Amino acid sequence: MRNHASLAEQFNLDENRVDWHNKTLWFVREKRDKQSHQVPDWEKLREIASKIKLNVLSNLDTYLMEFEKNALANGIQIHWAKDAEEHNEIVLSILKDHQVKYMVKSKSMLTEECHLNEYLEKNGIEVTDTDLGERIVQLAKEPPSHVVLPCIHKKKEEIGEIFHKHLNAPEGLSDPQQLTEIARQDLRKKFLQSQAALTGINFAVAETGEFVVCTNEGNADMGTHLANVHIACMGLEKIIPKREHLGIFLRLLARSGTGQSITTYSSHFRKPRAGQDMHIIIVDNGRSEHLGKEKFRNSLKCIRCGACFNTCPVYRRSGGHSYHTAVAGPIGSILNPIRNREDYKDLPFASTLCGSCTNVCPVKIDLHNQLYELRQEIIASGSGESIKGFSMKMMARSLSNIKKYEKFKRTVKWGYRYTPFLLKNKINPWYKHREMPEMPKESFKEWYQKNISDGK
Amino acid sequence: MKVGLFIPCYIDVLYPQVGIATYTLLKRLKVDIVYPMGQTCCGQPMANSGYEYLACGTNKNFIQQFKEFDKIVAPSGSCVLHIKEHLKGESDLEKNQALHIQNNIYELTEFLTDVVKVENLKASFPHKVGFHQSCHGQRGLHLSGMSELTAPYFSKPEQLLQQVEGIEWVKLDKKDECCGFGGTFCVTEETVSSKMGKDRLADHEKNGAEYITACDMSCLMHLEGIANREKSHVKVIHIAEILNTQNAEQ
Repeated sequence: MRNHASLAEQFNLDENRVDWHNKTLWFVREKRDKQSHQVPDWEKLREIASKIKLNVLSNLDTYLMEFEKNALANGIQIHWAKDAEEHNEIVLSILKDHQVKYMVKSKSMLTEECHLNEYLEKNGIEVTDTDLGERIVQLAKEPPSHVVLPCIHKKKEEIGEIFHKHLNAPEGLSDPQQLTEIARQDLRKKFLQSQAALTGINFAVAETGEFVVCTNEGNADMGTHLANVHIACMGLEKIIPKREHLGIFLRLLARSGTGQSITTYSSHFRKPRAGQDMHIIIVDNGRSEHLGKEKFRNSLKCIRCGACFNTCPVYRRSGGHSYHTAVAGPIGSILNPIRNREDYKDLPFASTLCGSCTNVCPVKIDLHNQLYELRQEIIASGSGESIKGFSMKMMARSLSNIKKYEKFKRTVKWGYRYTPFLLKNKINPWYKHREMPEMPKESFKEWYQKNISDGK
Repeated sequence: MKVGLFIPCYIDVLYPQVGIATYTLLKRLKVDIVYPMGQTCCGQPMANSGYEYLACGTNKNFIQQFKEFDKIVAPSGSCVLHIKEHLKGESDLEKNQALHIQNNIYELTEFLTDVVKVENLKASFPHKVGFHQSCHGQRGLHLSGMSELTAPYFSKPEQLLQQVEGIEWVKLDKKDECCGFGGTFCVTEETVSSKMGKDRLADHEKNGAEYITACDMSCLMHLEGIANREKSHVKVIHIAEILNTQNAEQ
C-alpha cells in the first residue's frame, strides 16, 4: 500500500538528494523570514487575513451568490460543480462547444485535484501546462510535488534530460537560462495554437465579480490574451469579500510562499474582451462537507502559498511525492484525509507536530493542532493499524496505575538484561539508525524512596 | 506553596539523573517540593498517536496524584504541554481538578524564571554547549521566541543558562529546527525521523558543540541514540543537570 512512511523511505535512499531538497526549500523559508521581517506589523496582517477568511467561511453562501451575481453582470458565465467529475465534464463541454483541440493551462492545483489533464486527453484534447515547473513535470509524466514549486524535486541536470527527450534539446544541457529558453520557444507554439486557456483563481472578489491570478512567468496572461475561450476554475473557498482586501492577501501570498514581495504578475480579470468567452467553474468537491466540520473548518482558509511545505522538516526530507496527492505538505495532510479518509489516512501521522507550519501560515491555520485532531478521528473510525492499536492498548493499560506501571518497568528492565537481542535488531525501527539508551541501575523513584521519602 | 514534582515515565526509568538534578535543584532553591509516589505517565504517547481515548487511565491517575498541589513542575516541555492541552477529567469534580492542574503545571525552566524568579544560579559548566529548542516547549509553551514569527526574541532556558559560569554558547545554523523525535513518529517514520536527527546533530557538531542540551530528554534520547551510533564525540545533557552542576560538585 502507498503510504507516506514507505514512500519517504524510498526518497531517502539517496541521502544527497534529501540534503539538496532540504537545502533548497530551507533557502525559500529563509527568504520568507527576511521578507516578513521587512513588513511592519506582519503578525497583525496575518491576523486580519485570518479574520477575513473566517468571515468568508461563515458567510460563504452569501459571498458566493454576490460573486455570481456580479460576475454574471460582467458577462462571465458561471458554472457550479459538485465534484471533480462534474468539473471535468463542464470543462469538456465548453471545449466541445468551441471545437477546441488544444488548450493551454496556467497553474491550477484544483485541476490537479480533479485529474483534469488525464480526462481531457482521453477525450482527444491536448492540454499543455504553461508554468515552467508544471510543464517539466507534465513532460516527465509526474504529478507536481509542491503547490508553488511543482518541480522542486528535480535537479537541473534531470530537467536537461527531460528536455532532450521531449523538446529536442541538445544532450547534457543543465544551464537554467538555456533550458528556460528552450521551454519558452516550445510554449510559444502552444500558446499560438491553443483555442482555449484555463487558469486557476487565487482570489475571487465578491464585491466586483472579478478574479485575480498570480503567476511569476506571465503565463496566465499569455494564454488568456491569445485564446478566445478563458475558463477559470476555483474551489468555492477562494472568495474574498472586497477588492480592498486584495492588498492584504497579495502582500501575504508571495512573501509567505517564495519570499518575494509580490508575485511578478497579479493579473486581474473582470470581464471577457470583445469576442472572448469567459467561464468560471466554482467547485465544491468535498469542501462544503469540510465546512461543516467545526474542528477542521479553518483549514479551508488556505490560500495555497506553500509556506507550510517549505518550513516543514518532514516535507523537506521526504519530498512531495511521498504524500501521494496533488496538495502535499502539512496542509495537504489535512485537506486530503478530510476529503478521502481511506486513501490518505497515513498523512496526519507524517508530522512531528513541531508547530512550525502553524507559525508560518499567513492565514493562521492551526495546522499542527488539526493534525493531532485528525489522528484521533482516524483512529476512532477504526482506520488504524491493528498492531499499533494492540500495542497502544497494552501501553495504556500498563501506564494506567502504579502497580501495573511498576510491573511494566520490571519487564522492560528484565528485557534489557536477558533479551537484549529483541531490542537490538533491525526489526526494531529505533535500532535501525540509533543505539538504545542504556538502562541505569535504579529508577528515579527508587532513588527517591531510598534517599528522600524513607531517609532524609 | 506546595509543589508536586512530575517525573515523566521515560525519565524515571532511563534517565533518573535528570529527575535527581531537577529535585535537588528545586530543593536548593527552597521550593517545597514532593514527588507523588503513585505517578506513572502523562498519556502523551497514546494521545499523539491518535489513541487519546485510551488515555483515560493515565488521566485519572495523573489527576489523583497531582490535584492537591498548588503548582506542578516537570523537566519536560512536551509532557507539560500534553497535560496543559489534553488532560481530561470525567466527572465534574475531576474536570475541575484537571483544570486546576492545567493552569498550574510548569516546565522546569519556566517555573524557575516565572515562579521562582531565579537570578543567580551559581552553577558552573565550562563547556561548549549547543541548545536544542524542543518544539513543544518552544512553540507550544512559548518558552522562547520562534524564528517564524516577527516578534522580539526571548528565551527562558537561555535566561537561566546565561547564569551558568564558564558555559560557551554555540550558535547553530538552524536555531529552532525539530530534531525528528516526535513520539511514536520516531518508529513509524524511522527514516525521516533519523534523518532529521542526523541533521540536527550535524548542526551542533559543525558549530563545535561538546554537549547538546535541551528542556526535553526525549529529543536528547533520540539525538543521543544517533550520536552513539555515529560514534560522535557530542554528548547530551539535560538542562536540569547543567543548572544543578554546582550542587553536584559540592
